[in-house]
Amino acid sequence: MSTIPNSSPTVTKSHKPRLAVFKFASCDGCQLQLLSCEDELLSLADQLEIVHFIEASSQIEQGPYDIALVEGSITTTSDRGRIQTIRQQSKTLITIGACATAGGIQALKNWADHAEFARSVYANPQYVETLSTSTAIADHVRVDFELRGCPINRLQLIEVLQSLLADRRPRTPAHCVCLDCKRRGTVCIAVASDEACLGPITQAGCGAICPAYNRGCYGCFGPAAQPNCDYLADWYLQDRMSAAKLVPLLRNFNAAAPEFRDCGDRIDPNSDSGESL
Amino acid sequence: MSDYRGDQVESDSLRRLNKDEFDKLIKMLADQGYTVLGPKVRDEAIVYEEINGLADLPQGYRDDQQPGRYRVAQVGHNNYFEFNVGPQSWKQFLFPPKLTVGTAERDPASGWTFATPNQQPPKMAFVGVRACELAAIAVQDRVFMQGPYVDPDYRARRESLMLIAVNCTVAAATCFCTSTGTGPKCQVPFDLAFTELEDSFLVEIGSNRGDALVDQLVTVAGADLDRKRAERLQQRAAEQIRKHMDTSDLRDLLQQNSEHPRWDSVASRCLSCTNCTMVCPTCFCSSVHEVSDLTGDSVQRERVWDSCFNIDFSYMADGVVRNSRRSRFRQWLTHKLASWHDQFDSSGCVGCGRCITWCPVGIDLTEEVAAIRAEPSTNRQLPATQPEKTICVVPERARP
Ligand code: SF4
Ligand code: SF4
Ligand code: SF4
Repeated sequence: MSTIPNSSPTVTKSHKPRLAVFKFASCDGCQLQLLSCEDELLSLADQLEIVHFIEASSQIEQGPYDIALVEGSITTTSDRGRIQTIRQQSKTLITIGACATAGGIQALKNWADHAEFARSVYANPQYVETLSTSTAIADHVRVDFELRGCPINRLQLIEVLQSLLADRRPRTPAHCVCLDCKRRGTVCIAVASDEACLGPITQAGCGAICPAYNRGCYGCFGPAAQPNCDYLADWYLQDRMSAAKLVPLLRNFNAAAPEFRDCGDRIDPNSDSGESL
Repeated sequence: MSDYRGDQVESDSLRRLNKDEFDKLIKMLADQGYTVLGPKVRDEAIVYEEINGLADLPQGYRDDQQPGRYRVAQVGHNNYFEFNVGPQSWKQFLFPPKLTVGTAERDPASGWTFATPNQQPPKMAFVGVRACELAAIAVQDRVFMQGPYVDPDYRARRESLMLIAVNCTVAAATCFCTSTGTGPKCQVPFDLAFTELEDSFLVEIGSNRGDALVDQLVTVAGADLDRKRAERLQQRAAEQIRKHMDTSDLRDLLQQNSEHPRWDSVASRCLSCTNCTMVCPTCFCSSVHEVSDLTGDSVQRERVWDSCFNIDFSYMADGVVRNSRRSRFRQWLTHKLASWHDQFDSSGCVGCGRCITWCPVGIDLTEEVAAIRAEPSTNRQLPATQPEKTICVVPERARP
């Protein structure tokens, strides 16, 4: 054991960074992860000033903001304008969750007739103003960092905020779920059973939960870095799964993430319309 | 490990014992303070976990292994060890997937205090170690304990380790230890090596510690007939091995073919998923991260298993060095089979076949090697285009 004196006294900043949380088309689950930080939230509040977080407090302040956390996808013209304003007012903009980073489950409408959807869901669809697509925030404005997941992992959220406070690169993995399965000793269900698992092409971050409970990964953290979706799909299509099942597996929470979208479109005999925007 | 007797095991050191006595052996080891680890059926596979007795072993099970496919089933024999290596290797116990290697605490008054956690690794006994796995442990011994940088945690675990080996009597379709010269018969160092006969075990003693254990069991001298039966079963395993890898001049072959078109072919199939390196009993790569609490006053330095297939693994200040699946696969195979020789005076492959079975898309290194050997390129060529470097692996469109 060794001890060295405290040579770097805590820097006193002129002001605490101002944090704002914004919501677009989403279920609120990712923001909830911030609330469920509980113990860490107090410590966070020491270092950040949370000035706009409607889910937690009705007291909201105007911009500019140092950090904006953005949840949800763009599905209306007014939201298309609102994200521009938020971008202009925010020094660092971080998108959180599958909706904000890939369009979310609602991006399934990119493959369908959205007017038809509105008619079947709402009694008076004439009052519903909506775009025909659901798209990621980064399709509209510059994003400084994307945090994946459906919902995001709260520990990763803390890591990202911490890295911003410390002015360093966030440590979130780019590798796929398999590495985490192996680290936790899970037997590979893709090899030991006929389960079709998206783990080999999905970014880690969830802690490899599903395979540990004998269920194939369904890709909620989106594509891993340089994923080989096509070969995995071809392998599964050989003998364990039909395109009728594999396409919906790829078109899930991250349906419109380009790598999943293109692979699904390639193997789907009935579709060529997943192109967003 | 000076305790091992070396190669000179006399045939009179072969003892025969009833299967019940094996149960006693497991319990005896536990009584002596060992954490006894051995094969067990869990989640449709034979894994290595703590065992309490013979009843925990996969009696009657067989495994069926193919590239990218593994199944276990009860097939009606009564043996306890009639299967081959599974998804896990013993490296998980000697080189744990996650380990805290240091801590730092900051106190406003006294400053930083750095400490190495005083971990007392368990005293372990591995039961059912196969020949290829003994060879793999010997490879990792060289990696972690040879040369100026010794891994203290590995050494502590390794030095108290009891190795109870088992000779294979069957072989999986993915096994190729006969090509790598590592099996199927166990070579010392081991403490004891068992061969399972129909009604009993034949045990070969490899160390004084092993001898002391056998002394406490009811055994009879192994007869010539027993030895012949055991040899026949070992021979059966060797004959069942179908897979082959020609290792002659393999190091030079791979190094002279660094631009072979086969690397492009394998890159189109490889997922860069890391599974092959994770299941490999000799792969030893790790990353070290500092993990702090929100205040930054309490920091843990953690070592986790990592892999050359992880894009972040070659991330340096200037970007990612191995920025394609092709370069990552080539790094793995050429390290394992070629530059390993320069680094550790041996191959990094012991022929266990795990990387073949547990590759989710069934990539088989023996086939990749054979394809290169079939049509070696005569000279090294530089790639037509230099690989691009990325600054950061955050998705392109969301780069800070
Ligand atoms: S490279 Fe493959 S066959 Fe060789 S030791 Fe590693 S896992 Fe076994
Ligand atoms: S590779 Fe050889 S020693 Fe290893 S399990 Fe197969 S037959 Fe046994
Ligand atoms: S060879 Fe197979 S197991 Fe290894 S990284 Fe490629 S796809 Fe994954």
